[in-house]
Amino acid sequence: MVAQAIDIAVMCNRVTKTYGSGSSAVTALRGIDLEVRKGELMMLVGPSGCGKTTLISVMAGILDQDDGQCTVFGRDLKHMGQWEKTNFRGQTIGFVFQAFNLLPSLSAAENVAVPLLINGVRRREAVARASDVLSRVGLGDRTHSLPSQLSGGQQQRVAIARALVHDPKLIVCDEPTSSLDHETGQKVMELMREVALGEDRALVIVTHDARIFEFADRIARMDDGRVVNVQENEKAT
Amino acid sequence: MNYLALKMLAGDRAKYVGIVMGLTFASLLITQQAGIYSGLMTRTYSQITDTSSADLWVTDPEVEFVEDMKRMLDRELYRVRGVEGVQWAVPGFKGYFNTRLPGGKIAVASVIGIDDVSLIGGPPEMVEGKLEDLRQRDAVIVDIAEASGKLARRPAQAGDAPAPLKMGDVLEINDRRAVVVGFCRVSPSFYWQPVIYTLHSRASTYVSSERRPLSYVLVKVKQGYDHADVCDRINRETGLLAQTSGQFSQSTLDYVNRSTGIAINFGMAIALGFVVGAAIAGQTFYNFTLDNLRYFAALKAMGASHGTMLRMILIQALAAGLLGYGLGVGAATIFGNLAGQQLAFRLSFPLLAGSGLAIVSICMVAAGFSMRKVLRLEPAMVFKS
Repeated sequence: MVAQAIDIAVMCNRVTKTYGSGSSAVTALRGIDLEVRKGELMMLVGPSGCGKTTLISVMAGILDQDDGQCTVFGRDLKHMGQWEKTNFRGQTIGFVFQAFNLLPSLSAAENVAVPLLINGVRRREAVARASDVLSRVGLGDRTHSLPSQLSGGQQQRVAIARALVHDPKLIVCDEPTSSLDHETGQKVMELMREVALGEDRALVIVTHDARIFEFADRIARMDDGRVVNVQENEKAT
Repeated sequence: MNYLALKMLAGDRAKYVGIVMGLTFASLLITQQAGIYSGLMTRTYSQITDTSSADLWVTDPEVEFVEDMKRMLDRELYRVRGVEGVQWAVPGFKGYFNTRLPGGKIAVASVIGIDDVSLIGGPPEMVEGKLEDLRQRDAVIVDIAEASGKLARRPAQAGDAPAPLKMGDVLEINDRRAVVVGFCRVSPSFYWQPVIYTLHSRASTYVSSERRPLSYVLVKVKQGYDHADVCDRINRETGLLAQTSGQFSQSTLDYVNRSTGIAINFGMAIALGFVVGAAIAGQTFYNFTLDNLRYFAALKAMGASHGTMLRMILIQALAAGLLGYGLGVGAATIFGNLAGQQLAFRLSFPLLAGSGLAIVSICMVAAGFSMRKVLRLEPAMVFKS
């Protein structure tokens, strides 16, 4: 039991979340029980409005659940103070967004350096470390390029580098391939498995894109605010 | 993060320029209007400024400002001289007279009569001739700026330019002969009459009165005596009103403010600059924040604290404010200098500090709305595409 707990990155127990109140209330999560293991890439899949994005928001500590418990690497997020939670996010969690959210006026290296700057690393050192990570994702020659000078796939690789630069334990990704063509999406997922996965790190990816399911270690299917099925993926590449 | 904030701001060039232009406009209007007001107010007491050798001005107690000279008995001069702490006291005269110019034109001039012996109270700078020339018969010295202005002679033929007054020209001041023996430069005045200097004794002859007119007494305080104490002593012992140059300047300025409402008029223009600048800069800055909301949300999700976000917004607002302030003050200074003496424009450190404070206030207002928006921002919105 103890050994099992040590292997768990994220543990959700009866997590519920409702938006609004009264007659306009919308229940997004209806008692989610789910665990994400260290070293695995888990995909959350399901139809629009099933609660996938709400669930990763709770896991990432940017949204509080109404009820139930969600622990990330043993820390109960709901009972952390605002400051503690903000710090925890800054140090422990990496984000990859569907729309990349790269600051348009910053170079690729500066964008990647943002999590380090947030954590108080000095700019020169942060940009140097960011340039190293950009090299790992194959963009060592584009460190000075602005996002507008990069293709969609390159921008997503910058976003992945940004999610990795501060060595977080949990990386949450929201539809990372939905803005990319099939080939680029495949390459991004290959890169994700190659550079982002690690023994002590977990990846949770929300996606609609069935073409990338093959990259998941496990797939949790959601519907109407519930996890209806968790499936091991033996074909994981 | 400060660097990041500045790059974010400069990256959105259109809005950045809009914010800076709004603040520049506010800074220009506030500085320029306040500078003109300050310049005009300084001109109200230009005669006091030009008479720098005197420490105190002694006048009739009813006198409220420097142009409001009420006649005193000439024996008052000797009473003032008798007060302890007075090193010297000299008579002064000021009056307005019809002045007939060569060619027949008549203008009203402000005639200042200075002490016959010491020549104290004369113009600050001679352009042509010497102050001592006033001792010649019927001599007067004329303000050079008006020699080719209000005191210029009528042109010989219609369409010609008026001919400037020149040395040796003969005027008639209140029907008395006066000969131009020199030209002086005086500080530009708030009032519009040309200034003519002559001796106190000669000025007396312009007045239709048997008595020697005395408008004011200029006093030098003995070394080691406190100016305020000597003022009190003169007030007590003579019943006259003694003021230091600074006090007389201030009471003149207060009187003009009270009587003309000029401060309200300029105040409204300054307030307008503040409001319009705040509206333009505030609205554009708020729009800039709204446009960047998803990036702020992303930063918040990635662990940027509220303090960091507030600091970023503050730095953005202050950076734009600093640039706008500098451009505005620069433009106001160029404007003021290009206009030359025609425009009463005076910049001082308190004025620049006040203008800077106003711009900082606009930045704070603009940043305040943006801060409120960013503080209330849910980082979870970052997952909304």
